[in-house]
Amino acid sequence: MNIGAHYNYWVAIFLMMTGFYIVITHGNLIKKLIGLNLFSTSVFILYISLGKVKGGSAPIAAPGIEVYSNPLPHVLILTAIVVGVATIAVGLALVLLIYDRYGTIEEDEIRLKDDSL
Amino acid sequence: MESILNFISALCIGLGVFLGITGAVGIVRLPNFFTRLHAASVTDSGCAFLILSGLMLQSGFSIPTLKLLFILVFLLITSPTASHALAKTALDCGAEPTPHPYEER
Amino acid sequence: MDLVIDIVLLTFLGIIALAINRIDKLFCVIMLSGLYSLLCASLFVTMDAVDVAFTEAAVGTGIATVLLLSTIGATDTHQRSAPHRPLLALLVVCTTGAILIYGTMDMPAFGDPEAPVHQHVAPRYLEESQQEVGPPNIVTSILGSYRGIDTLGEVVVIFTAGLSVVGLIGFRGMQKYGDRQRAAGITKDDMDEHLVLRVVIKIFIPLILLFALYVQFHGDYGPGGGFQAGVIFASGFIFYTLMFGLDKGMRVIAPRVLGYIGSLGVLLYGGVGITTMLLGGNFLDYDVLMHDPLHGQHLGIFLIELGIGITVFSIMLLIFFAFSSRKGLRQ
Repeated sequence: MNIGAHYNYWVAIFLMMTGFYIVITHGNLIKKLIGLNLFSTSVFILYISLGKVKGGSAPIAAPGIEVYSNPLPHVLILTAIVVGVATIAVGLALVLLIYDRYGTIEEDEIRLKDDSL
Repeated sequence: MESILNFISALCIGLGVFLGITGAVGIVRLPNFFTRLHAASVTDSGCAFLILSGLMLQSGFSIPTLKLLFILVFLLITSPTASHALAKTALDCGAEPTPHPYEER
Repeated sequence: MDLVIDIVLLTFLGIIALAINRIDKLFCVIMLSGLYSLLCASLFVTMDAVDVAFTEAAVGTGIATVLLLSTIGATDTHQRSAPHRPLLALLVVCTTGAILIYGTMDMPAFGDPEAPVHQHVAPRYLEESQQEVGPPNIVTSILGSYRGIDTLGEVVVIFTAGLSVVGLIGFRGMQKYGDRQRAAGITKDDMDEHLVLRVVIKIFIPLILLFALYVQFHGDYGPGGGFQAGVIFASGFIFYTLMFGLDKGMRVIAPRVLGYIGSLGVLLYGGVGITTMLLGGNFLDYDVLMHDPLHGQHLGIFLIELGIGITVFSIMLLIFFAFSSRKGLRQ
């Protein structure tokens, strides 16, 4: 049962590392932002896996249910999801302005066009 | 009565799963955009309808059945609309409904 | 059986992540990332996090996909450059991953009820929340009452994102969208061409808005609350704008009005806090709002969820309008 014990965490780390890899290797700004989104979502999976209790149910109090899953990670991740989308929105606004200024969203082409970089 | 209901709902869900897999295989293997769109819409209408009906039979007369019925009605109206929007846009942009099937991929 | 579903969903997520890495066409990548969010939402449901699943499906799949699509509509649609130094990056990533996996060896098994995370504050929330705060949905009571200040910070973050987007893209750019279209000689298509879409959308928009109100007010008893409701309400308006055009959409609600409404939501939330201080309690201590602590908590949570819903709705719609009005510049 060892695989079942930690599979969630390993996959979350794999997804985290995939997101990280996308951010550092690809030059396209939109791809980078999507990689960042991938990274954040994998962290959410990690946290929610921590809060799950075997045999529990959703943390909505109902008569007859004894065991609930831990509601605290849910609250933290709710905040994190919304903050993540706010970050993506501002990032995309910056991408739009960069496109207007340089005509491209590829990092190497931007470096060629901008003298100060 | 119970076992007949269970049997019918198992049949519905099984058939729905089969249609879903068929739709997925179709999206990968069919040659043209419009044929692939048809495969996707089979998944949307057939698979979703059958699985939701199976689930409704399982939960009897209760509030969850009403909610599932609402979901079913909404899915039945919106999925064909989405397929229609896709097909219309593709036609307007020049994709042809009947190319030679083995030349275009 | 739960474990099998878990393993299958996580494997799918891994495959999608690898596909996002390999594909060059940005439209496909965005669709895959929307699919990734939906799979995450299903995963959250199997892990009993229904509120989180709701929020991820509404926000991650809905809003993020729409914003990404608007951006590639205004910029390039294909990724042109090759990956930079993939082997070095792979080495760094594998090393970091190995270290992190070594770190998880000490972590408690998945689902263990004796894990440290369930020992300190969580049992108190689970047992006392109905007597101290009231709503059956414990996540709402923690979000609104026990951790209310964090939620205030979150609402201010959304508001700041809206401010930044408006500061970068500007109200004037949005107002002049209609003039630019007319100057470029672009007239809107004849609406009769899209008869099916028009009729279906007209049927659905009232239902979507009604559902958003249901989610807002039902958040105490089931999954829901201000964030999800705000996003669903905004998506009704986005739906209308996608079909009938941005100028008609901006005539329904002008962007400046959206700015005022957004500030109103944050003000409502902060105002509740200041009111409780003026009435003698601490900041955001709802017990003093009414004659009886439970009623006070109920009123307090109702007001702040309203503030959250209002702010999230207006800021999401504002960001959408800002992004869509950008497209007109390139034509």
